[in-house]
Amino acid sequence: MTPDPSLAALSDTLFSVSVAVYSLAVVAFCAQLAFGRRPARELVAAGGAPAPRTGADDISSDVRSPDAPADVPADGTAGEPGAARRWGLLALALTVLGAVGHAGVLVARGLAADRLPWGNMYEFATAVVLVGVAVYVVLAVRTPGLRHIGLFVLAPVVVAMVLVGLFLYADAGPLVAALRSSWLAVHVSTAILGFGIFFVSGIASGLYLLRSRPEEPRPGSLVSRLPGAAALDRVAHRTAVFGFPIWTFAVIAGAIWAESAWGRFWGWDPKETWAFIAWVVYAAYLHARTTAGWRGRPAAWVNLVGLGVMVFNLLYVNLVSTGLHSYGGVS
Amino acid sequence: MSLAAPPRPAAPPPPARPSPGSRFTATLLRWWRRLTAMRTAIVLLFLLALAAVPGSLLPQRSLSQGAVTEYFAEHPTLAPVLDRLYLFDVFSSPWFAAVYLLLFVSLVGCVLPRAVEHARALRSAPPPAPRRLSRLPDSAELPTALPPAAALDAVEEELRVRRFRVVRRGGANGPELSAEKGLLKEAGNLLFHLSLVGVLLGLAAGKLWGHEGSILVTEGQGFCNSFQQYDTYSSGALVDSGDLTPLCVDLEAFEAEYEPDLTASAFTADITYGAPGEEGRSTTIGVNDPLRVAGDRVYLTGHGFSPVFSVTLPDGTEFTDVSAPFLPSDQTTMASQGALKLPDLGPGRDGQLALEGFFAPTGLVQGGVLTSIDPRPLAPRVAIVAYEGYLGLDSGIPQSVYSLDASQIDSGRLTDVGRANLSVGEALTLPDGTEITFTGVREFAALQYSSDPGQGWVLAAAVALVVGLLGMLLVRRERFFARASAGPDGAGSVLAVALLTRGSGDAGPRLAELTADLTAALSGASGRPAAAHRAPSPDGSAPRPEDASRDT
Repeated sequence: MTPDPSLAALSDTLFSVSVAVYSLAVVAFCAQLAFGRRPARELVAAGGAPAPRTGADDISSDVRSPDAPADVPADGTAGEPGAARRWGLLALALTVLGAVGHAGVLVARGLAADRLPWGNMYEFATAVVLVGVAVYVVLAVRTPGLRHIGLFVLAPVVVAMVLVGLFLYADAGPLVAALRSSWLAVHVSTAILGFGIFFVSGIASGLYLLRSRPEEPRPGSLVSRLPGAAALDRVAHRTAVFGFPIWTFAVIAGAIWAESAWGRFWGWDPKETWAFIAWVVYAAYLHARTTAGWRGRPAAWVNLVGLGVMVFNLLYVNLVSTGLHSYGGVS
Repeated sequence: MSLAAPPRPAAPPPPARPSPGSRFTATLLRWWRRLTAMRTAIVLLFLLALAAVPGSLLPQRSLSQGAVTEYFAEHPTLAPVLDRLYLFDVFSSPWFAAVYLLLFVSLVGCVLPRAVEHARALRSAPPPAPRRLSRLPDSAELPTALPPAAALDAVEEELRVRRFRVVRRGGANGPELSAEKGLLKEAGNLLFHLSLVGVLLGLAAGKLWGHEGSILVTEGQGFCNSFQQYDTYSSGALVDSGDLTPLCVDLEAFEAEYEPDLTASAFTADITYGAPGEEGRSTTIGVNDPLRVAGDRVYLTGHGFSPVFSVTLPDGTEFTDVSAPFLPSDQTTMASQGALKLPDLGPGRDGQLALEGFFAPTGLVQGGVLTSIDPRPLAPRVAIVAYEGYLGLDSGIPQSVYSLDASQIDSGRLTDVGRANLSVGEALTLPDGTEITFTGVREFAALQYSSDPGQGWVLAAAVALVVGLLGMLLVRRERFFARASAGPDGAGSVLAVALLTRGSGDAGPRLAELTADLTAALSGASGRPAAAHRAPSPDGSAPRPEDASRDT
């Protein structure tokens, strides 16, 4: 069937709109970090050499960032954290709004072409980024302390969206024969979910690596405004634990599909090989996190390697190598 | 906070006088423990991931022999070195096998002792409470109006409702209670790891006893499942060619359907199949929809066109209906390339004839160059070059059926005697008077016959793997301890409680939730007559306080 051009155009418009809204969210997250200050609890938990306290009410002036914006009221002991919180809420609201538009991109695509909206690389990558945003929103709503990583999630999201729009774009169109199977719904959906979850997990591990450096972060620096190292490590681990069975299932579903589509369930096609490598790396991460000598920073590096493998699997294998998974639709 | 991992069986005590034999055993044991340590397993996992990388970056024989040949041509000095390192057969190379076998030995060596340990844990009671519960990271104190025994009764009942295994002991520091749940977590862990072994065994079985053959079949023709008939085949080391399932498949019709934008929407092949000599059954196979029969499968893996020619020699000898499959070089337009070899035309070697060329199902000639603009055979055209001379077919060197041997052309043994762009019905006349007419086109289907006796086992192991993984990651393993002591004012009692969880860091909130429920249960129980507290245990298998107290 011929794709509906007005719905396809709507999808493209929504893509631009959600990139714009996400960009506004990035600005709001920046404002949140700029106006925010470390809570007193974090100062103690950081365990370094906190500035001597003169009184409980005075902590804020001790940790005032030297490069704080000049227009912040000097007496902002009550107003400033409130402003930061409001910026944070605004940023989160913008993120949710952007995500709604982002979901609209896929829905309009699906309606335009009358099929599941993940039939080529553009749609796949768009869906992965949406899952990443959704995972962040869920985390931020459940654990308000994690809202502070918003900038570090949304900034890569905006960059990824722009790159996807520029380099991976493919027109709405019908599916090739090989993809017309109900396994598309199972295999590709779970792969998207797993990838999106690993995306957030990788960011949390990256921030953990920044936060857990042996030298104490400069008071008021961006790093000092992140959640504590232990919290970041826990988020990274929990998301990876959540993503791992989903990814495992995606690989198995892919193998079952391959058995009926390509005549064998596993053939070391480049995509299969890299999916296997990613699985092994994430298995190593989950083991590393509970093994003496690997806990902490080494394990976080393993998680980052895992994310690198996932991205490589998406870009290199679809764009450069020739394999059976060549559904990029990128010319 | 998490519980410590179950202790590994302790090393045997060193012998008093180490003999060479026992020193050897000790060394072996040390190496065994090093191999089965988690740290080694992580390193091996990395090695496995790393070892798989060249398999995706370099062409692999298992995927495309042609790509490997091409690589050899492009890198004549590097390729033989890489080949000696098995880098074109990574996944069947000894070093890849070494990594995964070591990993699996490490896995089994780690998992089996844990399985024994787990079996023991399943049969034994939860361990006694630590002496000082308040020292555990997540602990609390609950004052209650009930006497110690009744308070523990209420706690036990509440825990049993929550499916804890509970044991009561009369410890030295007062009556105490240990409870445990979530043993399925460890069971899931073991199932997951053992399933990996199952996957490996299933894969190995498929490699040893499986076989696969591919063949191009033109409409109206067919094949039977035997190695002699396939264009290419591979078979496991333990396959006896006599054991192949006797099955013949005939291709009745092939159909390709396209969307308006020429995206292929469906490929279907109508086939009949059955044992040789048997009347065949009809069915239709397609992409994502193979024929499954007797544990084997027949796939439609591709399609293409065979241009048909008739050749009339100057002496009037006519060869009609000669054709050869041309392989599609572009799936979107089905532009195809191939060769037609006619070695037995006339007397002697010099009389051989060959056509090499390009086929377009819907051809467009621009500036003398033929291109294909549509994958459907709407206006078939061929661009052919005719050669005469010696094809070299009986030279002993195998050559592709889809192209001419370039060395024969280079050496002048095959000479270019004419070329033309033809549509159906047009003819090329060679200088010697030979007439080559393009008479039409037939479609062929690429069929693949696969037999993998291991794949059912791999699937079962994969399902078990997911189940184990879910059990491992979703079930929470918890131990709960409570100890009752007399209340500070002599009336009632104080319960010291503590919670340990494994594999999750949120024991604190869990304990808060549990103590809130326990407090409610305790205050509820204190309103009831004391006789009602001694409710019979709903789980008779748990040891009673009397027998359990012996092992405290």
